[in-house]
Amino acid sequence: MSVASLNASLPATSRHGARLVYVVPLVGALIIAAFPYMAGPHYAILMFSAMGFAIALMGLNLLFGFTGLLSFGHAMFLAVGAYTAAYLTSAKMMTLEVILLTAAVAAVVVAVPIGLLCIRYVKIYFSMLTLAFSMLLYSFLFKFYPITGGDEGLRIRLPAPLLIDLSKLDTVTILTGPMYFYVFGMLVVLTFLMWRLTHSAFGLGLRAIRENEQKAQYLGVNVQRYRLLAFIIAGAYGALGGVIVAIPVGLAEPSLAYWVQSGNLVFMLLLGGYTNFFGPVLGAIVFIFFQDQLMSYTEYWRLTFGVLLAVVVIFFPNGLMGVVDLRRVWST
Amino acid sequence: MTILRAIEVRKFFGAFCALDGVSLVIGEGEHVSIIGPNGAGKTTLVNVLTGLLRPSAGTVSFKGHDMDRLDPLRLSRLGMARSFQLVNIFPQLSVRETIAVAAISSLGMGGRAFAPLRNNRSVWEIVERVAGLFGLAGKLNQPARSLSQGDKKLLDVASAFALNPEIILLDEPTSGVSTAEKTTIMQVLVRAAKETGIKAIIQVEHDMDIVFGYSSRIIAVHNGKILADGTPEMIRARKDVMATVVGRP
Repeated sequence: MSVASLNASLPATSRHGARLVYVVPLVGALIIAAFPYMAGPHYAILMFSAMGFAIALMGLNLLFGFTGLLSFGHAMFLAVGAYTAAYLTSAKMMTLEVILLTAAVAAVVVAVPIGLLCIRYVKIYFSMLTLAFSMLLYSFLFKFYPITGGDEGLRIRLPAPLLIDLSKLDTVTILTGPMYFYVFGMLVVLTFLMWRLTHSAFGLGLRAIRENEQKAQYLGVNVQRYRLLAFIIAGAYGALGGVIVAIPVGLAEPSLAYWVQSGNLVFMLLLGGYTNFFGPVLGAIVFIFFQDQLMSYTEYWRLTFGVLLAVVVIFFPNGLMGVVDLRRVWST
Repeated sequence: MTILRAIEVRKFFGAFCALDGVSLVIGEGEHVSIIGPNGAGKTTLVNVLTGLLRPSAGTVSFKGHDMDRLDPLRLSRLGMARSFQLVNIFPQLSVRETIAVAAISSLGMGGRAFAPLRNNRSVWEIVERVAGLFGLAGKLNQPARSLSQGDKKLLDVASAFALNPEIILLDEPTSGVSTAEKTTIMQVLVRAAKETGIKAIIQVEHDMDIVFGYSSRIIAVHNGKILADGTPEMIRARKDVMATVVGRP
């Protein structure tokens, strides 16, 4: 069946909605791209971090939204990315591409053995196992001072993208200028790759596993292999996100692997909406900016976040993207 | 030619013996119905024959391969498909996507991680052909959960057919649907089997009109044992079997 005939088989309202679903993320991308010109440096750097979290969340959503495996330990991959950046920049390897590639490879090395064990379990058992491994990494980072810097962490020096000499620019200019657009480009490319992945035969297999593992297996889907691949890809996205998240902070610290960080990632995913492809991106942006604003207003910002989470889960189970999912609005 | 063989199969659940020394051979061209009262061991037999349950004793082989070494994935690749007693679908996937899952497997395209599925002509051709055979062509974009019970059953079976199997095992394909839908399902199923070249059908069934109307061979099971095995005429002539298994002489 051709794309045209496939489109033709959709109701007119759905086609209209489907077109809008492409337009809205495009507008969103333009807003993110223009953000350093629209907002001050503080907010541009916040958006920088949000893009890092969005990348990590796309990986988490591949696991949860598409495969049905909720990881409570995804933050361990943030730490893998951040510590890779710290080690490499302290060893004078300042090329960002090398750092990103190494972080992805490190994530794969970590994800394969952990994934092989975790994917044998589902539901709460999978969640708890991933949490356990994350806390194991946290303890290692916290206790092995000579290697990891312990609770002080390791410094990350500002790397250079595309071998550009940025030594004459100050940190804020780099983070809101060349580096910002580099990360934006990364977000676009990784979003495109994830889109292709989830709209491929492999992506359909993952959704089939999420819906009914036993039937998927009898229909020839290699459940364990698919789950492992999803776990590894999610880990690589997590580590890439971790590099980006840690760059503005300039520090890789154990709390990146702590359970609270994993909880924040799950919160962001629920906030944005795990049933929508772009939910993780929206969730990351809203969370980071909302947290920033709340923290400046009240010391009880965690309490407010708790209430917000309860409201989202009860009234908007499909998250913020569920509210603005134009495909559903138009098709009804 | 033998496709499926079971030799002296026993299956225990604790102390309870669900299958007690069952032996059978399924060959090409057979449409076998397994009948028996509730608790006779019919579903357990199908589950053992499809590798879902391991026998406590005895052996099962599919196309000469020992079932002990086959998982559902390898079975599907070797040409075995099955449907389940309760409707077994992917609720959130559309009819098109559900059949596509099997079509992708039959084409060996599951590993294609970045190629857009929308442009895969061969997958959609199988989907349209199978959906057409099962009367689901007009419902391709409908989520599976929104189908009627009869259509859900058809989709369950259709997705198994899309694997292009040699043998298909159906556990009560007409249960939970209206009498009119039962006949439709069976007509569709038999026609689809002919058109797709399926070599053998094994079906667990309670409706005796369907059993005697469509089967070429009937296996009557009672208390985990095979009580009778033969053509519909032979089974009908066995008054003891009819009284025990069917409930009427």
